[in-house]
Amino acid sequence: MAKSDVKVLGAWPSPFVMRPRIALNLKSVDYEFLQETFGSKSQLLLQSNPVHKKIPVLIHGDKPVCESLIIVQYIDEVWTSGPSILPSDPYERAIERFWAAFVDDKLFPSLRLMRGAEGEEKKAVVEQLTESLVLLDEAFEKCSKGKPFFGGDGIGYIDIALGSILGWLRVTEKISRVKLLDEAKTPRLVKWADRFCADGAVKDVMPETDKLIEFNKMLMAKMKGAPPNQ
Amino acid sequence: MSNEVVLLDFWASMFGMRIRIALAEKGVKYEHREEDLRNKSDLLLKMNPIHKKIPVLIHNGKPVCESLIIVEYIDEVWKDKCPLLPSDPYQRAQARFWADFVDKKVYEVFKGVWLMWAKKGEEHEAAKKEFFEIFKILEGELGDKPYFGGETFGFVDISFITFYSWFHAYETFGKFSIEAECPKIIAWVKRCMQKESVAKTLPDQKKILEYAVQLRKRFGLE
Repeated sequence: MAKSDVKVLGAWPSPFVMRPRIALNLKSVDYEFLQETFGSKSQLLLQSNPVHKKIPVLIHGDKPVCESLIIVQYIDEVWTSGPSILPSDPYERAIERFWAAFVDDKLFPSLRLMRGAEGEEKKAVVEQLTESLVLLDEAFEKCSKGKPFFGGDGIGYIDIALGSILGWLRVTEKISRVKLLDEAKTPRLVKWADRFCADGAVKDVMPETDKLIEFNKMLMAKMKGAPPNQ
Repeated sequence: MSNEVVLLDFWASMFGMRIRIALAEKGVKYEHREEDLRNKSDLLLKMNPIHKKIPVLIHNGKPVCESLIIVEYIDEVWKDKCPLLPSDPYQRAQARFWADFVDKKVYEVFKGVWLMWAKKGEEHEAAKKEFFEIFKILEGELGDKPYFGGETFGFVDISFITFYSWFHAYETFGKFSIEAECPKIIAWVKRCMQKESVAKTLPDQKKILEYAVQLRKRFGLE
């Protein structure tokens, strides 16, 4: 398939955009990464995702696929010669889908709440986040069955869903001066996170924490209406 | 191989209804257990310790949670009859997209109307506007097809039709008519209701209205 046959519309800081990129890398599929300009939405984006107007969008041929986890499943189902992202057993698939949904429904919203949270509110959100991460740490034990990833020997669906949050998790840890991934409370996830970030399919796509912190500063400044720092 | 299927459910839950329809479409025999949501059973708390919610499908002792995940599971296990998802990956992605839309947006505007029932004037109008914006998007997606799935009843139809049982309640409290604004949706509803799996699953709308009234009193919204 020619490179221009597969396009990903996105932006480098977005954890959701990372997901299809990791999936395509796992499948060794070449693609064109079209980055949206921060603060505006391209015609192509508005045409390809008229309902939500959000990134990521995968454009395969000329057909758009939207919603990051739906895109990952699509990639898994189309490029069957590469390693499988979801297992073949229906029960295992249901478990993987459950935990990926958990990341989206519980972790991401809590992480967003950390932004600007202080005092009691911050304490409550940190507690929520820690609780969720502890549950995922336990899930890792069951899903990995002694292997390096949730998916087993190689990166799988939950790895992609959860791993994509690591960049922003680390930014939150630095900015809010909290420890979320902790050797005491989530020992398995701490080690898994290092393995995930070092993986060939991930390392060029995972943004550096420092770059994300800079990006976050700009975001916060824009949100407050002040001019961004140079 | 034994095939024990138990469904932990609540009669008025649109999410639980999805499972009953899917199992009926596949002709799967199962044990239906009604939960009292104010007094959840030990079994429910054991089978869904994370969310403690229904529906939960227990297949040979192993729990599956989250309604759309359960429907996909049912489709994959009982794959020889009545496919609920298309076989083409692009069509499957579209089906998942629209079912996800129903989960995110329809449920959201339903909640919006619920909360706005007691309010009047501008806020009521705003909630009503949002409600119909979402319904019109769905109407657009349905187009002239008999079902969201095309010629056959499928995943998106299952995800949305269960909300029909609550239409009368919402129309009563929201003081609007869904048929007047979205006739194609109602036409689609009537088509779906001709299917035995749907007609036998969806509870009577008047019963849902009675239940909704009770709930509102309980939450002090009356």
